[in-house]
Amino acid sequence: MTRLLLVLLVMSIFFGCAEKKKADNGKSDIVEIEMVVKDGDEQNDIPFPIYDFDGFEPLLHNNDGKTYVINFWATWCKPCIEEMPHFERINSEYGEKNVEVVLVSLDMPNMWKSRLEPYVVKNKIQSQVVILDDPKQNDWIPKVSEEWGGGIPATLIYNKDKRTFYERGFTYEELNNELKTFIN
Amino acid sequence: MKKIRILGWSALLLIFVASFAVGFKVAAEHNLDDGYEIGDLADDFSLKNVDGNMVSLSDYGSAKGFLVIFTCNTCPYAQAYEDRIIALDAKYKPQGVPVIAINPNDPSVKSGDSFAKMKERADKKGFTFPYLLDEGQKVYPQYGATRTPHVFLLEKTTIGNVVRYIGTIDDNYQDASQVEEPFVENAVNAMLAGNEINPKTTKAIGCGIK
Repeated sequence: MTRLLLVLLVMSIFFGCAEKKKADNGKSDIVEIEMVVKDGDEQNDIPFPIYDFDGFEPLLHNNDGKTYVINFWATWCKPCIEEMPHFERINSEYGEKNVEVVLVSLDMPNMWKSRLEPYVVKNKIQSQVVILDDPKQNDWIPKVSEEWGGGIPATLIYNKDKRTFYERGFTYEELNNELKTFIN
Repeated sequence: MKKIRILGWSALLLIFVASFAVGFKVAAEHNLDDGYEIGDLADDFSLKNVDGNMVSLSDYGSAKGFLVIFTCNTCPYAQAYEDRIIALDAKYKPQGVPVIAINPNDPSVKSGDSFAKMKERADKKGFTFPYLLDEGQKVYPQYGATRTPHVFLLEKTTIGNVVRYIGTIDDNYQDASQVEEPFVENAVNAMLAGNEINPKTTKAIGCGIK
């Protein structure tokens, strides 16, 4: 099994594209993260996984008993930054309760080093941060949610039973109340 | 025992179906007040240009249509598309479809989008089109613009300015040379040729309007 994974990893590096993993295999997703990293010089030392939409999509369809809070944001988006502490608080309060917060940065490549990384370090962000870098937005936005017009902040909360998309910002109370409707 | 199980499953099924029905209802309501849709008549406006003059669509007697683009100074996406907006105006103004740019942001919230800063930006970039301030923020909600940049292609007809395309400029904000589908150009070309526009709407990430 390990050898198979290794072969897959090597193959993927050669072909430069991520293979879709079964949604219930959390560990493979981590392997996949390494594969999608691009070769550009300035991108090599970015400390966050960088996905195109195909690589990112499995994160929207985990079926593992957890509840996922997927927040789409960017450092240049003021209302996104304003609600960030609420997501961090949810992440720390619900971490033991099978809730996973994923902060999906839509920052542009030239901002990864200059803005994104400094923001995450300075604010000691504990939630998982990933970068979604795929200019074909008209193709992938509807795959996140047909309701999404493309504005951020936007948040998807889902588990195996329920799925709701919000094209809006949250206060802590609003976010907490929404999340509670997912957790019995 | 079996009976109970069947009952249980039926109840589950009922809940499942009901939740769908509720979902659809919410979705339908959501779309009602979201501004213009394709085929709607767009209202004219009178907004102040960076040169101090008021601009309306009715000023353009010989135009065949308009590229009304909600954009601003401060949004990184708007900045990424500035040169392409200038290029659209250069290409289509001579064909009767000029660009009309509108900054929908409230300068008291977003100081970088003040009228003075708009003037600066227009001078610096050499805008060849009007760059209007949506003072009081009345126009953008009417159109249903939600982000910058957000393009509305209008066709001037005998009954008014008909909305023909709503969406983004092209399919690669990062790199103009990597564009595969220039959505707006395709839409204007089709409109001018009297052909069906496809796609009529597109989505993109943009900065929310403040």
